[in-house]
Amino acid sequence: MTTLPNLTQKKLGLVIDLDTCVGCHACVISCKGWNTENYGAPLSDQNAYGADNSGTFLNRVHSFEVQPTGDEAAAQLIHFPKSCLHCEDAPCVTVCPTGASYKREEDGIVLVNEQDCIGCGLCAWACPYGARELDQAEGVMKKCTLCVDRIYNENLEEVDRVPTCVRTCPSGARHFGDLGDENSDVSKLVAERGGMDLMPEQGTKPVNKYLPPRPKDELPEFDVLAPFLEPVAQEAKGFLGWLDKTLEKL
Amino acid sequence: MNQPKIDLSPKVSDEIRKTTCYMCACRCGINVHMKEGKVAYIEGNRDHPVNKGVLCAKGSAGIMQVNAPSRLNAPMKRVGPRGSGEFEKISWDEALQIATDWLEPIRKENPEKLAFFTGRDQSQSFTSYWAQHFGTPNYAAHGGFCSVNMAAAGIYTMGGAFWEFGQPDWDHTKLFMLFGVAEDHDSNPIKMGIGKIKARGARVIGVNPIRTGYNAVADDWVGITPGTDGLFILAMIHCLMKAGKIDLNYLAQYTNAPVLVNSDEKSPEFGLLMRDKDGKELVIDRATGKLTPFDQPGVKPDLSATHRVAGITHRPVFHMMAERYLEDEYAPEAVAERCGIPAKRIRAIAAELARVAFEESFELDQEWTDFRGEHHKTMTGRPVSFHAMRGISAHANGFQTCRALHVLQILLGTVEVPGGFRFKPPYPKPATAHPKPHVGVTPGKPLDGPHLGFVHGPDDLALKADGTAARIDKAFTWENPMSSHGLMHMVISNAHAGDPYKIDTLFMYMANMSWNSSMNTRGVIEMLTDKNEETGEYVIPRIIYSDAYSSEMVAYADLIFPDATYLERHDCISMLDRPICEADAAADAIRWPVIEPDRDVRGFQSVLCELGARLNLPGFVNEDGSQKYADYGDYIVNHIRKPGIGPLAGFRGENGDKAGRGDVNPKQLDQYIENGGFFVEHIQAGANYYKPWNKAYQDWAVGMGLLDSPQPYLFNLYVEPMRKFQLAAEGHGDRQPPDHLRERIKEKMDPLPIWYSNEDENKGDEYPITALTQRPMAMYHSWGSQNAWLRQLHGHNPLYVPTKLMQTSGLKDGDWAKVTSPHGEITVPVLEMAALNENTIWTWNAIGKRKGAWALEEDAPEVTKGFLLNHLIHELLPPKGDGLRWANSDPITGQAAWFDLKVKIEKADPPSESQPVLPAIKSPVGKGPKDLAWKVGK
Amino acid sequence: MHPAPSVIIFTTFSGLGFGLLFWLGIDPTPPKGWVAFVFWLIAYAMAVGGLLSSTFHLGRPERFLKAFSQWRSSWLSREGIAAVATLVAMGLYGLGLVFFGTAWQPLGWLGALGALATVFTTSMIYTQMKTIPRWNMNLTPAMFMSYALAGGALLKGNITMAIVLLAIAGVVQVLTWITGDKAFENSGTTMATATGLGNIGSVRAFEPPHTGTNYLMREFIHVVGRKHSQKLRIIGVALGIIIPVVLLLLPIGHWIALIAVASHIAGVLASRWLFFAEAEHVVGLYYGKR
Repeated sequence: MTTLPNLTQKKLGLVIDLDTCVGCHACVISCKGWNTENYGAPLSDQNAYGADNSGTFLNRVHSFEVQPTGDEAAAQLIHFPKSCLHCEDAPCVTVCPTGASYKREEDGIVLVNEQDCIGCGLCAWACPYGARELDQAEGVMKKCTLCVDRIYNENLEEVDRVPTCVRTCPSGARHFGDLGDENSDVSKLVAERGGMDLMPEQGTKPVNKYLPPRPKDELPEFDVLAPFLEPVAQEAKGFLGWLDKTLEKL
Repeated sequence: MNQPKIDLSPKVSDEIRKTTCYMCACRCGINVHMKEGKVAYIEGNRDHPVNKGVLCAKGSAGIMQVNAPSRLNAPMKRVGPRGSGEFEKISWDEALQIATDWLEPIRKENPEKLAFFTGRDQSQSFTSYWAQHFGTPNYAAHGGFCSVNMAAAGIYTMGGAFWEFGQPDWDHTKLFMLFGVAEDHDSNPIKMGIGKIKARGARVIGVNPIRTGYNAVADDWVGITPGTDGLFILAMIHCLMKAGKIDLNYLAQYTNAPVLVNSDEKSPEFGLLMRDKDGKELVIDRATGKLTPFDQPGVKPDLSATHRVAGITHRPVFHMMAERYLEDEYAPEAVAERCGIPAKRIRAIAAELARVAFEESFELDQEWTDFRGEHHKTMTGRPVSFHAMRGISAHANGFQTCRALHVLQILLGTVEVPGGFRFKPPYPKPATAHPKPHVGVTPGKPLDGPHLGFVHGPDDLALKADGTAARIDKAFTWENPMSSHGLMHMVISNAHAGDPYKIDTLFMYMANMSWNSSMNTRGVIEMLTDKNEETGEYVIPRIIYSDAYSSEMVAYADLIFPDATYLERHDCISMLDRPICEADAAADAIRWPVIEPDRDVRGFQSVLCELGARLNLPGFVNEDGSQKYADYGDYIVNHIRKPGIGPLAGFRGENGDKAGRGDVNPKQLDQYIENGGFFVEHIQAGANYYKPWNKAYQDWAVGMGLLDSPQPYLFNLYVEPMRKFQLAAEGHGDRQPPDHLRERIKEKMDPLPIWYSNEDENKGDEYPITALTQRPMAMYHSWGSQNAWLRQLHGHNPLYVPTKLMQTSGLKDGDWAKVTSPHGEITVPVLEMAALNENTIWTWNAIGKRKGAWALEEDAPEVTKGFLLNHLIHELLPPKGDGLRWANSDPITGQAAWFDLKVKIEKADPPSESQPVLPAIKSPVGKGPKDLAWKVGK
Repeated sequence: MHPAPSVIIFTTFSGLGFGLLFWLGIDPTPPKGWVAFVFWLIAYAMAVGGLLSSTFHLGRPERFLKAFSQWRSSWLSREGIAAVATLVAMGLYGLGLVFFGTAWQPLGWLGALGALATVFTTSMIYTQMKTIPRWNMNLTPAMFMSYALAGGALLKGNITMAIVLLAIAGVVQVLTWITGDKAFENSGTTMATATGLGNIGSVRAFEPPHTGTNYLMREFIHVVGRKHSQKLRIIGVALGIIIPVVLLLLPIGHWIALIAVASHIAGVLASRWLFFAEAEHVVGLYYGKR
């Protein structure tokens, strides 16, 4: 189905907290593990033990350095996980010549029906986020399925019906839910923390949101905190005098 | 819409087998999903106390670990020269016979000729038991080159350190400050904790020259000059004491701050604590003004009063601290430049510590009774917590720096209180409750006690009658008296030099000594291959090595015991060793073979069970001389260390209903497996804080077998054993240090934390840049180049260079640089990093691999672009002209000073591959397949 | 973008082939018999060859038939349909000319329209890519169309038309480069919008997610060849436009015409190589590269 649904019943997606992600790659590998074994073809690796080794991954963690404008301000390092954003206006879907790419009407998940994929790569061209990778062994396009084979899976306990990247994230930097429901936990988190879109100007209307890092290196200046270090004495002798007095009061 | 119909509920697996990951020291619980008897998928176990369902990259990549082409597949004996990688496969029977033929005569004649060192060993209580029964004094694991400074400083100061000894009170802490944590120790729990407190809006302050990982998410980053953490901490102590922002009540009640110290410089007991005839520390009771043992009911120790007896003035420890730390030399202004932190910022951080500790303190509505019998209605919380690891401990001033940090948190009254730092059972456990080192060798007999422990003065040193070192690594000698974890990094060089003596057999496990686990890698390779010119024999005559993978060390061994991978074996994460307890619970766990090896390999511990029996080691044979433990699993269940106490604390007793103490339960392993591979016993409310002084906790710990009797104790702001070494150096006592060490002992063994620079020793003037390593989180605690997935994340390691240094060196991303230290040089690719201390460069540890190792192609990026910093580091300091060579390690514990490395850097023409290049090793396991598309199920 | 030979050959030759078919379709006095056969052979060799070449870009070429299904939304699907329809129409038309000597003219017109549509839909495959600002502009179809028409005219031997159209193609090509050079900046997509971190300060890519390479980097990030782009542009215009025009202005002979055609093809190949190699995909921003 190359055309996009007019409206999806839900907008399932991820909220990724850039304030908390420590860049450990747990989500990357957990995703690789689940999706190698599950939905569609395995995620293959080429030159697995040699030079120029590479493979298909549906989730990758970038890192960026940001230099704030102040003179003395220290540069910041921000770890940045990135996978399919399950856009409302997904350009990757409409370019597909075979209908293999589609956006699910019931939850908005963007999927590739691998039986129909001819591996033309056009959807990857159309995606601004680099969310799709052509598997070199299978010749079909692979992308994040939001673990569609987990989130409704009746063979899993209720609590485990979340994408594997969310389940495994040690720092709790990944959240899953319905971003179409403004009362959902994820929607509230986005509202509270000023969740943002990536490349809004591309007009893709991503469902996944990113929570920006909280302001850093803003420990109050000493002047404000100075009362907490008001000296009780200047040297040892005076200190022991203070000590005597204070102990009396204990 | 006619969307394709997809199966939303595919079968996940045929069966879930729950075991422990333990590929690093986190020791997470994992669910191994099996399909058709094969591993299909691995995830964290939600019920597990350590990881509560989460799992790191390495854990999730376990499937590539158990299928790696680099797995060794059969016992081997060396047929080519050492280092060639030429081996012949042999049977287990032959392998064990060879080992027996080598070791039997050693044990009969002189057991010290065996040096048995295990690296990232997961079973030290077992391997040390084996070594003890063999009778050699030469046993240790890798702590000496890892983090003994942190562990020993913690235990001597307060009966435990960070990480496996304790954890921040994640539920209550409001300010979390971490020092020198290289993204690893301990990995998942720290990530979980940071996530938890950040979700609450608590502040995280990261002190580290490098802003990656945890420091990247820290709200405030202090990009400190490496090696100056101690000075920074002492400056904060200065500020806090000067402002009276210290917990006087806590100091008086629970620490040796009020304990009286002999203050007469002429006394042979100068600096020693005043004790009663039972050895109990004495204090002045503020209520009565009288001298009294600290632990008497109703005593209110006085932090201020002095005591004069027999003409000798005794002053409380706290006086000495005031005198020292109020000095201007510790004022922020005095240390700012050296630490690379503006004085204002030091004050701001100290003030924030004070604000949160005292203004945001709170009461937990929980009654408890202390060891003096005093009943408390509530528990006072001070929501400041700390965590620190190798970054501050792997310096030659690391012990004192770690001490300083422990003293800081004690001054704030934040240890074992709500919101602060909390011990995990079996800790708290003070140095006095640990064994002392034992080196009593008798041919043909076991050693006279455990190898490692805690010394309390010169009498406890491991010296022979002639004053020479009793241990091959010279642990517990005047060079490093408090080396509680041994000095694995010195074993090969000492054995090669025959100093203190020659050995016959070096037996190692999981220790990549010919590569990333040694300083001076090339030098170590030469020592391993060096031959005695007269005899043509190797200088280190025999080397036995066990590893699961074709690591660089394999090629240098004469006999290889191939180990099983982590899913193919039994293990126990034991209360006797390094358990997985939480602050609120005692817990231990097992590994069990969730898959059977498809190769001719055996778990190393099972091999030791059989080898022990072949060598007739008591403890490994029955009375009739037959093998006592069929394998490690058998040992885990049936071994009895003390009456009622074995390797596992759970499901003891005939019916498996006893915890801690109880008889052997033959079904114990099954019950662990049924329970998810672990066992947890919670500490009741009211017993779970103030543990060293809490009656209810002490009683619980005795019941669990963690303590033999209640042993409340005081935190040691002042570490008296250190003073005893100083006294010896000053000429007191029978056991005297060699003269060349006297000054150093006097200066460095200060019983109150000090700071000293290591720059001059490392030629900091000529080599102004500090070079560090970190371990990537995705490969924490071992390096996954054999893992097809992980090596895509970290296939090579650039040298990260700060922006300014890039510019002044004329470097840009992708260029190569020559890095020179007093010891050597390397030429490697560079990458700019802005969030980095401007005089620091760093790289990921151990990504670089040797050609031919790990079943990688010889042009793999690990080989061509990866590199080791180890080539720049020597186990000895550069000569300083006194005719002596001093060890590149902490003078107190002997911990390897990895992070004191000073270098200079210049642009270089790009070589074809990272320099230096070592010749290729012939892979004993061949090469891996080209492509992978791994899927187990249909 | 990775300048894959398959897509360079595809766009170059299918453009020429369909361009020639266009001129054949609208020719009021079309060639017949053997002459027609040769023209059709050339046109079909190029058009079909180009299309076949494009299948080398596919991961699963055996499933190519599925690509005809999504004509309602997919330009690639439309292109496939347009191409097949054109080839069928012009095939029948050619059958009449070669074997029956009759011009079933409406088929020719239909085919010519189809040929234009095919080239247009091809160009729209690239033009629609908002992710590749250099392509995402009206000049892209103009460039494809003008090249196809000029090349077709050249092949057909419509000398005057070829000269005029080549000149136009040249102008469009130069305009495409001038506008294209500013397209990325004008698109508004930057490292700051890509990461959302711009409000903190200036953003710099630190480390790629993996030390190795990946499909995205291979497909979308092609920095190496760009340093020769000015040279290649000159070569492209010289070979593709100027030399053929000059040759066409000379007294014409078959050999000279052949040289003009060869020069044109070489020039278009060079320009098409640049079309891909110079195109910067916004995903490169995540890798600190464009």
